[in-house]
Amino acid sequence: MSKPVYPYIPNSVPEEKAKLLKEIGINSVEDIFKEIPDHLRFKGKMNIPEPFLSEYELRRHVEGLLAKNKSCKDYINFLGAGTWQHYVPSVVDEIISRDEFLTAYVVGDAQGDHGKWQALFESASMIGEMVGMEAVNKPTYDWANAIAIACRMAARMTGRREILVAGTISPSRLSVVKNYCKPEIKIELVKYDSETGLLDLNDLKARISPNTAAVYFENPSYLGFIETQGEAIAKIAHDNGTEVIVGVDPSSLGVLAAPADYGADFAVGDYQPLGLHMQWGGGLAGFVCTRDDKRYVAEYPGLLYGITTSVQEGEYCFGEVFFERTSYASREKGKDFIGTTTALWGIGAGVYMALMGPQGFRELGEGIMQRVQYAQGLLSNIKGVKVPVIKSPCFKEFVVNFDGTGKTVSEINKGLLEHKIFGGKDISQEFPEYGNSALYCITEVHTKEDIKKLALALEQVIKGL
Amino acid sequence: MGIVKIKKDFHEARWCEPIIYEMSTPGQRGILVPMPDDEIKAAAGDVLAAIPAKLRRKELNLPEMDQKHVLQHYVRLSQETLGANLTNDISEGTCTMKYNPRVNEDLAAHPNFAELHPCQDEDTVQGILEIYYKFEQIIKQISGMDRVTFQPGGGNHAVYTAASIVRAYWESKGELGKRDEVITTIFSHPCDAATPATAGFKVITLYPDKDGFPDIEALKAAVSERTAAIFMTNPEDIGLYNPRVDEFVKIVHSVGGLCFYDQANANAFLGVARAIEAGFDMCHFNVHKTFGTPHGSSGPANGAFCCKEEFAKFLPVPTVGFDGKKYYLDYDHPASFGKVRDFYGTAGVVLRAYAWTMNLGADGLRECADISVINNNYFEKKLLEIPGLSECYAGNGHRRQEQVRYSWEKLKEDTGVGTVEVCNRVVDYGIPHYWFSHHPWEVPEPMTLEPCESYSKDDLDEYAEVLRTVSKEAYENPEIVMTAPHKASAHKRNDDAALDDPAKWATTWKAYVRKHRK
Amino acid sequence: MKKKLGLIVNPVAGMGGRVGLKGSDGEEIQKRARELGAHPESPRRAMDALERLATIKDDIEIITYPDEMGEKEARECGFEPVVIGSVEPGKTSAKDTIKAAREMAEQKVDLILFAGGDGTARNLYDALGDNGVPVIGIPAGVKIHSAVYATNSRNAGEVALMYLQEKIKKVQDSEVMDIDEDAFREGRVTAKLYGYLKVPHEERLVQHLKSGRTEGEVAALNSIADDITESMEDDVLYIIGPGTTTRAVMEKLGLKNTLLGVDVVLNKQLVASDVIESQLLDLIKGKKAKIVVTIIGGQGYIFGRGNQQLSPKVLRAIGKQNITVITPQNKLSAIGNNPLLIDTGDYEANSMLSGYYKVVTGYQRTVMRKAE
Repeated sequence: MSKPVYPYIPNSVPEEKAKLLKEIGINSVEDIFKEIPDHLRFKGKMNIPEPFLSEYELRRHVEGLLAKNKSCKDYINFLGAGTWQHYVPSVVDEIISRDEFLTAYVVGDAQGDHGKWQALFESASMIGEMVGMEAVNKPTYDWANAIAIACRMAARMTGRREILVAGTISPSRLSVVKNYCKPEIKIELVKYDSETGLLDLNDLKARISPNTAAVYFENPSYLGFIETQGEAIAKIAHDNGTEVIVGVDPSSLGVLAAPADYGADFAVGDYQPLGLHMQWGGGLAGFVCTRDDKRYVAEYPGLLYGITTSVQEGEYCFGEVFFERTSYASREKGKDFIGTTTALWGIGAGVYMALMGPQGFRELGEGIMQRVQYAQGLLSNIKGVKVPVIKSPCFKEFVVNFDGTGKTVSEINKGLLEHKIFGGKDISQEFPEYGNSALYCITEVHTKEDIKKLALALEQVIKGL
Repeated sequence: MGIVKIKKDFHEARWCEPIIYEMSTPGQRGILVPMPDDEIKAAAGDVLAAIPAKLRRKELNLPEMDQKHVLQHYVRLSQETLGANLTNDISEGTCTMKYNPRVNEDLAAHPNFAELHPCQDEDTVQGILEIYYKFEQIIKQISGMDRVTFQPGGGNHAVYTAASIVRAYWESKGELGKRDEVITTIFSHPCDAATPATAGFKVITLYPDKDGFPDIEALKAAVSERTAAIFMTNPEDIGLYNPRVDEFVKIVHSVGGLCFYDQANANAFLGVARAIEAGFDMCHFNVHKTFGTPHGSSGPANGAFCCKEEFAKFLPVPTVGFDGKKYYLDYDHPASFGKVRDFYGTAGVVLRAYAWTMNLGADGLRECADISVINNNYFEKKLLEIPGLSECYAGNGHRRQEQVRYSWEKLKEDTGVGTVEVCNRVVDYGIPHYWFSHHPWEVPEPMTLEPCESYSKDDLDEYAEVLRTVSKEAYENPEIVMTAPHKASAHKRNDDAALDDPAKWATTWKAYVRKHRK
Repeated sequence: MKKKLGLIVNPVAGMGGRVGLKGSDGEEIQKRARELGAHPESPRRAMDALERLATIKDDIEIITYPDEMGEKEARECGFEPVVIGSVEPGKTSAKDTIKAAREMAEQKVDLILFAGGDGTARNLYDALGDNGVPVIGIPAGVKIHSAVYATNSRNAGEVALMYLQEKIKKVQDSEVMDIDEDAFREGRVTAKLYGYLKVPHEERLVQHLKSGRTEGEVAALNSIADDITESMEDDVLYIIGPGTTTRAVMEKLGLKNTLLGVDVVLNKQLVASDVIESQLLDLIKGKKAKIVVTIIGGQGYIFGRGNQQLSPKVLRAIGKQNITVITPQNKLSAIGNNPLLIDTGDYEANSMLSGYYKVVTGYQRTVMRKAE
């Protein structure tokens, strides 16, 4: 077979290629690659499977692989724990799949890419309102990285080297934060009351010191409950000159107060619940928000898109705020790095927030809490199932204990698969003090029938039917 | 060959869109939320009462809009953005702006991918696990390395992963305090300096010799028993392949240091040259550059970090394994430094990249490499005929590979028009803002262009003709260049100082209203 | 209000160069230069620079000295300058330059654009001292060691344009250096650092988002000073050379600093100020000592220009391994690919000091640069 002409490679047409070589004045591409010494050249042929040259065959192949997956459309899903299933409006999908946004470059100038800058500025404006803050960065990789960035900012601002973290933090996020804060910043976990999940204020007081840069807690927490002592935690921290970082699931902010209202100096979290598909965890995008104060703004490692005016009367224009953020060059052992992150998800979340509006978020939040309440009621009737385990109000996730069933979470979840249900995340390794427990997540996508089906299936699985 | 047409009458969309908050009408709804069944409501009671009063949301200032106008607003904003699929985006040297095939978007939107939860039972995600595993095998072929992780969220994140591995390696040897220096080169990507610094290392930067290659004598003077590693890009951002790259590796190895190869610029070397032959311990690829996935206005991106088996135990968890029957998440990295991102990375980018690669195969990948260097050498020849334009290290007798760093120094001297102004002007011809160079500007008035395999001869000719036109304008009517862009979606800012003034800057609408609208 | 631009042309600058004289200072030399058929370089170069300002002709007021000291050049470029002072055409001297600069400062000009060489820069420094009037030099002289000059005449005009349009807002302390011309003509170089003038600082600070931002000058100096002060060892003498970068180190330590001279620090306390060679030799006898120097002037000298106190004897006693060179990245970029320069006047010392240095450019950041 002769060499194909590749649809993605216009100059793979032999005549075109020959024209270019002739213009360059060389005979073959080897006259260019001769710059690479022979012993550094790869001599073999890469052992890569034969390609699917036609788009049809390629699609068949990849769809064939995807067919081996079972999605949350096929199954009823009760998994959360860092990626959450919410309804994704068609308008969001339409906007983020437009070639203009989808294929735009990382930077681009504020004129030629005006629309992209405006969209990201608007997303920042809306998430800022949600958390009650006026300074917001361009989206970062995910919630975990957002925490890490906030911790390092706080350390630079205060010159202190310790961060106190609520012990109920997501273990996976904690792993990212610990690595990012090495080698200078020490992360210490603060005890919590396992009955309520709430932070142990006495332990916080005992641990906080003149070297504490920040206190971090999540609200709603990884384990789903609402941390009701925000104000008290903030007071302890602020009295000590310590910054308060709150991690937040923004889908709760139609019913829960903005973190700034109970004393947060930083709010971090993930855009994923705001209209982004789960994508096996690939839908994450972090945000970092602070007060609009030079002290904070100076420490942002990433980009801050600012609004200003142009030479044309009445026209908005955008640019980077505080371009020469001077203070962070100094002292800091490791300067932070920036790069390509998750802007497109930021744009998508902006579209979602604009669609939902205040009323949408209120209804979303209340409806979720009602479903959760209802589900807890149904599940608590099942023999051997204990719920609620944590006796604080919760938002969309809650811990369910199966100690009384004689079965492990893993066994139960295997059983639920037979009923086309993804049971809650097994947290028996992550939080052994809660025994054989799972973290369940319920959102607006769950109907009464879905929840009943779960209860029924659990009953059967537990009974071994 | 016909006459090269440049888009003299181009005009980008200019919708003068208000900020979304200015479009709000109280009461309007963009989408309705599915409400719980009455039975649920009745059983649940007043759930909000459970939230302490102080913690209850009182007001939420979001825009209130009907659906059509939300859609319309964002479609308009998208039209005010110069995406690579609709423009001649040779502009972004070092970033390999390829065509991003639509079929891959369809595949990524497939519910059997988009609706996967990361904590699902492994039995229910065999397809995506298989894609990860198979793409890892492909990357191993391309790099010659033994293990790969796709957890990093982009190129810089992958280089940061390398820095974390270097730290874990020296920690495991008990020498972390002693091995505190990482060496890099001035024309390597800035993350090769920035990420080791973030990880706590001191950074030593090498300058080029007279031909533009990193100064090997400087390396010899720099290495010592304190050297933890070298982080270097090759070819560096100026497009020259360092023919002594293996000697650099040997010198660093001779003092016990590790060698990391930044392969963000790998496009021209698929099937041509690999990290393994040069002796490196680790390398990385920007999956969203080399493997044809969209840049997304700045992500989601993905970084593939690769290493030799010796370093696999330090990798972030989990990776993906295959036991002959089943694919599984592999947490068996006993000295893992932890994680750089939640879950398993931007899976959609991996999926698209796998599809892209499987469309091309080994021959197709090699064709990308061949055409990208041919395109570049043709393009270089055209560009060097333009008055006021030159390239750095001109006449050093070495052919450029996939990109070139040019300089408008002469144009600036002759006319006062520099690279920033030229860059603003090309937008008036429908060309996206181009990439200058990383800081510091060692090459004066820089412009770095990379005409990868996605661009046709007409594209190359058009781009060259636009630059020639702008150069001519600079000599004849510099004012038009100095005040550009004229036909972009917005005009130049009138008060850059406001962006640096705490009393005026605004990263959110609320801040803007407070500071400017009293 | 119109911006005021002072314009001073040293009409004889550059005359010596073309006819093989190493400078043009002093009446005798100028006479000889004319006899040898030399023409002044400065008028043409001044006009090259002024042409750059044509676009803002109506928005600025040029204040200049009569005839060949600026008036002629301004008028030829189509400006209507305000002419102050008086001169004797054909016989102008350094005194006139000093007088002109002083009177322009009194007139509160926003910037002085001047054409000349190191001698002229020195005259401006004599007139202006530290009073803060920014200047930008059009290089026209035979000797250009001072860092107050643009790279060429057009760029000088460009910087003036951008400063007057407020596109450049920052000024930077830049070295005024000159050498003893008598010694120079005899082949001996003894460059001296005379002081600092404020020069508009053009860095193409483009909104350059992908690679992150460059740090500003203040942050860079602060960051370098952090690196040096944190790594200071106990009971080691630190000999701090002249310059604004080394000044940042002294400021970080809270010590009095001699901008144009050499200070000595021990255990973060000042032990001697503005020392000369013999004092240094006494101080370091039998002690461990280190030197911290920065690049002096626009050409990249680290020794032999402006810091002659650090004599070959001193340098030999301390040794290359105990020398730290510090400089902000932008000064390194300014010398391009050229090596750092050493010229102690002692061949053997020069070769002992040559080779690679880990030049400190920030906190825990160094670059390898060769010196020769």
